[in-house]
Amino acid sequence: MRHQRFNALPGFGLTMGYTLFYLSVIVLIPLGGLFLRVFDLTWAQFWNLATADRALAAYKLTFGASFIAALLNSVFGTITAWVLVRYRFLGKRFLDALVDFPFALPTAVAGVTLSDLFADNGWIGQWLAPLGIKAAYSPLGVIIALTFVGLPFVVRTLQPVLEDFERETEEAAATLGAGRWRTALTVIAPSLLPALLTGFALAFARAVGEYGSVIFIAGNLQYKTEIAPLLIVIHLEEHEEGKAMAIAVVMLIISFALLVSINLLERWASRFQK
Amino acid sequence: MSITLQGISKRFGDVVAVKDVNLSILEGELVALLGPSGGGKTTVLRMIAGLEMPTTGDIHIRGQRVNDLPVQKRNIGFVFQNYALFKTMSVHDNIAFGLKIKKWSRADRDARVAELIQLFDLSGLERRYPHQLSGGQRQRVAIARALAPKPNVLLLDEPFGAVDAKIRQELREWLVRLHHDLNVTTVFVTHDQEEAMEVSNRIVIFSRGRLEQIGTPREVYEQPANEFVARFIGVMNVLEATVRDGQARAGEIGFPIHGAPDGTQVRIGFRPYAVAVSTDLGQYAHRATLRHTYFLGILLRLEFELPSGLIIRGRMTKEEYSTLGLEDGREVSLQIRNYRVLARDDAPLGGELATPQRTPPHIAENI
Amino acid sequence: MSAPAPATRRLRDTHRKSDRASEETPLVRGLLIATAAGFLLLFLMVPLVNVFAQAFSKGIPKFFQSLADPETQSAVRLTVMIAAIVVPLNVVFGIAAAWCVAKFEFRGKTLLTTLIDLPFSVSPVVAGLIYVVMFGMRGYLGPWLQDHDIQIIFAVPGIVLATLFVTFPFVARELIPVMQATGTEQEQAAMTLGASGWQTFWRVTLPSVKWGLLYGIILCNARTMGEFGAVSVVAGHISGQTETMPLCVERLYQGFDAAAAFAVASLLALLALATLVIKSYLEWKQHALLEEAQRTADDPSSLPPS
Repeated sequence: MRHQRFNALPGFGLTMGYTLFYLSVIVLIPLGGLFLRVFDLTWAQFWNLATADRALAAYKLTFGASFIAALLNSVFGTITAWVLVRYRFLGKRFLDALVDFPFALPTAVAGVTLSDLFADNGWIGQWLAPLGIKAAYSPLGVIIALTFVGLPFVVRTLQPVLEDFERETEEAAATLGAGRWRTALTVIAPSLLPALLTGFALAFARAVGEYGSVIFIAGNLQYKTEIAPLLIVIHLEEHEEGKAMAIAVVMLIISFALLVSINLLERWASRFQK
Repeated sequence: MSITLQGISKRFGDVVAVKDVNLSILEGELVALLGPSGGGKTTVLRMIAGLEMPTTGDIHIRGQRVNDLPVQKRNIGFVFQNYALFKTMSVHDNIAFGLKIKKWSRADRDARVAELIQLFDLSGLERRYPHQLSGGQRQRVAIARALAPKPNVLLLDEPFGAVDAKIRQELREWLVRLHHDLNVTTVFVTHDQEEAMEVSNRIVIFSRGRLEQIGTPREVYEQPANEFVARFIGVMNVLEATVRDGQARAGEIGFPIHGAPDGTQVRIGFRPYAVAVSTDLGQYAHRATLRHTYFLGILLRLEFELPSGLIIRGRMTKEEYSTLGLEDGREVSLQIRNYRVLARDDAPLGGELATPQRTPPHIAENI
Repeated sequence: MSAPAPATRRLRDTHRKSDRASEETPLVRGLLIATAAGFLLLFLMVPLVNVFAQAFSKGIPKFFQSLADPETQSAVRLTVMIAAIVVPLNVVFGIAAAWCVAKFEFRGKTLLTTLIDLPFSVSPVVAGLIYVVMFGMRGYLGPWLQDHDIQIIFAVPGIVLATLFVTFPFVARELIPVMQATGTEQEQAAMTLGASGWQTFWRVTLPSVKWGLLYGIILCNARTMGEFGAVSVVAGHISGQTETMPLCVERLYQGFDAAAAFAVASLLALLALATLVIKSYLEWKQHALLEEAQRTADDPSSLPPS
């Protein structure tokens, strides 16, 4: 009986028109402009620019470090989400609020403070240096910065799922004789998996595009610690727009692919939650 | 004539929600739009309000054609199923909203709100917010808000749907009293036939977008226009029967029927009150066993099983039940005194027919 | 990329008995808590404390001296100005987008919401680059802009555009779920009472989404003031002119004036902390409202009429 039609409600044309206009001006036309520019190149030219050795090294570092950072966040993020949802302890609310800190902190600030901490004479770096671990100005530094910026994603994706998770399901497993570890592996883990993958993908996607927090700690050595976004900036400063755009297009295509897979993952995940 | 609908239809894409409805509602009437879900009754109500536009047809309110009049200008009061109270406003501000929009002076506004607070027994709740009210209170605020700007028509969508059963009964009586006191033309939507029968002057019955019948509660109950109405209003026994020798036979019961050749399949319908029951096994034509007694209060519903397995529902008062000395499992004789031959849903129904009687009318007839 | 934690998240607190059968042993529990707390403290708390420690490492006078520097002052002013332009623009857009997405049904709605989220998945550097391609010297409109003596890249308009792009989805994505949840019946009710579209919006819709809106605004503001990558591509690093606070931090840090860099960084860190506090307050507020609504809805003591 309830028809979800609101033709009596005004403003659709106005708001829709403005939304499309603003979306086009700020997002779609500039993005389209970049692609159009790249279409000026022949396929071979584009391929050469996009897969130059220096660019390949940058992709390898960007995606490799992002992957490791997202993996680290998956492990520690799962534990954090579990602890924040399931247990009560002193300082829990504080830790919970702290999780969002990387969202709120400007990336440049994150970059300088991490760089300072992990430098050989920094608070943390001074303990790592004697062990022969070089954290700042190395790929490890890139991983540290990317772990920082991606930290909230896994926690915040898992939290609501864990909250909705029915304790009874676990108790059912216990009454059927499953031990705690077995329950965790066979009952809890599979139902968290879609959300965990979503959180991983979100953290990974964020890390791939990250710039500000990385460039201070990375050291930015060619072929070694130069991430792809930085390479875009460098090419741009050298007035090598073609190279910059080719790498940007590669990054954009990968970002879009990630966006689509995240949407699919979220749809998949929502099937497991009523 | 307060509200007139002429040839109203409404399509949503490919779905025809309302088909060619003609309807007149008198000034000061209390009318129920009744029907099952998806019957089109809410759409009709929303078209009267101006919340939906009819695809074809004309709507007049107090003689004025309102098709092109936006909802704001129709001067109607609308009460939503879930009340749609403004969550960020107090009871007072909710009721005063329409008056502010219509630019009443502050003094007039306060006086009108105070009057309604009084009338709707909401004193002391003026400063409360909707989430601090009970279901019944919310509903009264919603009606007070709708009535505040003195609308020509009050429209209510399932007004009793969102409150629990106990309060519902009181709200019904209250609505009847309110309507009596204010005498504003009122149209409400319901899917509950009992509610429609109890509250309204006239009932408009919808099914699958079509208007099936308009009439007083008594008319639609006693003279249903078609099988749909007959089955929708009140309880009805419906038996599948085959015509043989001028009689429609279902199990061991035969119903005289005219003009149907042998072998025709027909449906026979009769109300529970048309079933006469006696403990004297010789009194009526058919033997049956009382299988279940349902206590509904003063009235009892009885379920009889005939030897062929046919189930028939009857009804009688508690007094009668004890006078007859009935109990579950008891053998009785019974007879169906009045019945109808049911046709297809949309075909008009013939009048009620009487079974030839062996005995004088039974006391249960008046129930 | 979706920014997690909209205002409606984490509404249910989970107070559960700890002595249930399906519960880890105290040892495992302790280890898990220690791991999580250690991880968060190491990765979040220590960097935060370090910002302030370094800011004051050369003494309090040096701290204030750094902030009093004219170039720093002008960076603060520019950052505030950018926020004053960007946030209102994205608020207007967010409200318009939320109104049409949340209150109406139309084809392509999923596509539209995906496109609104799109800037989250674009690297800030690429966000800056697309405007260089558009308005830069060798960009589409570069020659024309030069002829008319209009500068966008390496000037404030470029910073505004790049910041608009990266903060584009914040308000809209906070408002859409809130507006969807409140439905349209209140608006319809206002209209049956004679309210026009604008009156309905100002008096009914806006008050009912104000917390969500505020939430979107503070997130949008935090990102606007802190944006680095996109701005760094289009700003041109002209200190005193096109240098925002994050760019100022970079210049000072690269110039080996770490204490000054951290002094400016500490202002931004304070902004982040304020954002978190307001955000937690808004979540708590929303939570309290919802709980109250639920409690009264469950209240069986509904009074009969008259």
